Amino acid sequence: MATSGPGATNLVTPLADAHMDSVPMVAITGQVASPMIGTDAFQEADICGITMPITKHNFLVKNVRDIPRTVAEAFHIASTGRPGPVLVDISKDALQASADFAWPERLDLPGYRPVTKPHGKQVREAARMISEAKRPVLYVGGGVLRAGASAELRVLAELTGVPVVTTLMARGVFPDSHPLCVGMPGMHGDVAAVGALQKADLIVALAPASRPRHRPARQLRPRRQGRPRRHRPRGDLQNRHADVPIVGDCREVLADLVVAVRADQEKGREGDYAAWWSQLNRLRTTYPKGFDEPTDGSLSPQAVIQRLGRIAGPEASYVAGVGQHQMWAAQFIDYERPGAFMNSGGLGTMGFSVPAALGAKVGDPDRVVWSVDGDGCFQMTNQELATCAIEGVPIKVAVVNNGNLGMVRQWQTLFYEGRYSNTDLQTAPRDEKVRIPDFVRLSEAYGCVGLRCERPEDIDATIEKAMSIDDVPVVVDFTVNHDAMVWPMVGPGVSNDSIQYARDMAPTWEHED
Amino acid sequence: MSRHTLSVLVEDTPGILARASSLFSRRGFNIDSLSVSTTEYAGLSRMTIVVNCDLHPLEQVTKQLNKLVNVVKIVEMDTTASVQRELLLVKVKADASSRTHVLQTAELFRAHVVDVSPDVVVIEATGDPEKLDALVKNLEPFGIRELVKSGLVALGRGPRSITDRSLRAVDRSA
Repeated sequence: MATSGPGATNLVTPLADAHMDSVPMVAITGQVASPMIGTDAFQEADICGITMPITKHNFLVKNVRDIPRTVAEAFHIASTGRPGPVLVDISKDALQASADFAWPERLDLPGYRPVTKPHGKQVREAARMISEAKRPVLYVGGGVLRAGASAELRVLAELTGVPVVTTLMARGVFPDSHPLCVGMPGMHGDVAAVGALQKADLIVALAPASRPRHRPARQLRPRRQGRPRRHRPRGDLQNRHADVPIVGDCREVLADLVVAVRADQEKGREGDYAAWWSQLNRLRTTYPKGFDEPTDGSLSPQAVIQRLGRIAGPEASYVAGVGQHQMWAAQFIDYERPGAFMNSGGLGTMGFSVPAALGAKVGDPDRVVWSVDGDGCFQMTNQELATCAIEGVPIKVAVVNNGNLGMVRQWQTLFYEGRYSNTDLQTAPRDEKVRIPDFVRLSEAYGCVGLRCERPEDIDATIEKAMSIDDVPVVVDFTVNHDAMVWPMVGPGVSNDSIQYARDMAPTWEHED
Repeated sequence: MSRHTLSVLVEDTPGILARASSLFSRRGFNIDSLSVSTTEYAGLSRMTIVVNCDLHPLEQVTKQLNKLVNVVKIVEMDTTASVQRELLLVKVKADASSRTHVLQTAELFRAHVVDVSPDVVVIEATGDPEKLDALVKNLEPFGIRELVKSGLVALGRGPRSITDRSLRAVDRSA
């Protein structure tokens, strides 16, 4: 909820974020009185016009009698089909008038009929292709999380034995500890997961956004028979061609697919993926997740995040910002349940973490909620710590503080000849400079507990101390090595085949068939 | 690049024109013509959009149009399977010496004169875009003062109607 004009325009970034990641959200904004609309009145902004391309739908309400019906429609549209943000802009005179309350018995939306039931013939065709494929992969996107379909996914995976890769938005939808889980694909994905997509002859695409970052530039279709499919009513894959498009609710599609695969198996049609698995297992064992400890005795950011994941455990919720720490949080924490990891995938909104952690804790108060944030991100929204302290929402924030906009710095190192431009934030001391700001003192000023950790031997004790405080928000400043980089990496504009496991170190692919 | 005519059935709500047209402009497509009018059902409007673009991006835009909450139905109108018409009003110089020739040209195209003044006539013509282009070309030598076209409207040939079927769909969902 926000007021008119600047209040409403401050919602633009969150709405765009929710739009990109299909987050169900209803925003209610105040508008100037209806006779004033369009006159450049004080604090007037055409927020419906501004948010048209970044909302699933929006409404302008100028009559108090339309409020109940519009709010009912807004919640229906936001939460059904492919979820997304809906904005309801209500003029001041409508908000101040009174009327008899009348909730609509049924909604009249003739143009809004999301497809939920998948096409049976298409589902049977998909099942047939899964059994005939030699190198299939289940490419699982965030839509599986939104559809609440992780149980169905697990049944399908275990029934078929097909390897599973989970995108950034789908981390936790399929348990990381499961033997069929090959990891995360993408620009900073696991070598095995990137290899699985690249070498597959059948890609079963389950509601991914399929952004360019998953299959950078050339070689988008690695093999001629690649058959990506999409299961969300967005109108099949936006960026890729699908040979067998299936539109429907992801949960229903998966349930139907399980039935179709079972029927095939009873007729003796079952896929044999032994050779495929040995190929993937070789990649898994040769190129496991890992990192080098810094040689100067400073903290390794990856180690901090890994220990945090181990100590807080799979029942905690983790909320990342955007940047290096986000990738490390995706890589080095094991996610075992859907919804355990929240982050801004599509829009990549820095500053997402603290407010989202606040929301996660309010939504599920019994869970430990860790915000894994970067020093750059933390400075964008840390004022929400005031809300946490005032409202008694004891979130925990791990600021992975390398004193830099680390991801930008990494690109400046790798692709811009080390011309470090405007990436040093001075939040960590270097060259005798003071910290600006000092995150510990800042957090204390906000009524939170502020802790600091600068030595590897203090990591566990600091995390445990933070875990032991559950009545006020805690912020831990992990001052870490500022040169650490995110690996593996598929550089900009090159094929997935050119993934680098570490700097100047490319994996060797098997050259079969 | 090829020319496509889309008939879009929409709910008559404020902003629907902007929502629909912005999907085209966002992809850098120029809309050749667009006309909107009421239909035989109160609350439903019909847009006819003519756009020049490749088939694949058009398919994407059509799918995105379909996702708009106020869009009820979209049908692409094939030129052979539909009747497509446009209305033209053109103001042509016509003094005593040239008026007979102007009127003869108009007659050849079954166009009507709807306004006469000493030096100009306003001619009204209906037809498919090619016919109107030919008329304009033939009037050009006399001197065209200004012209305006309604934008294309199209209706499928045969007994079927796009409103019938979409309204049945509405009843089912209710």
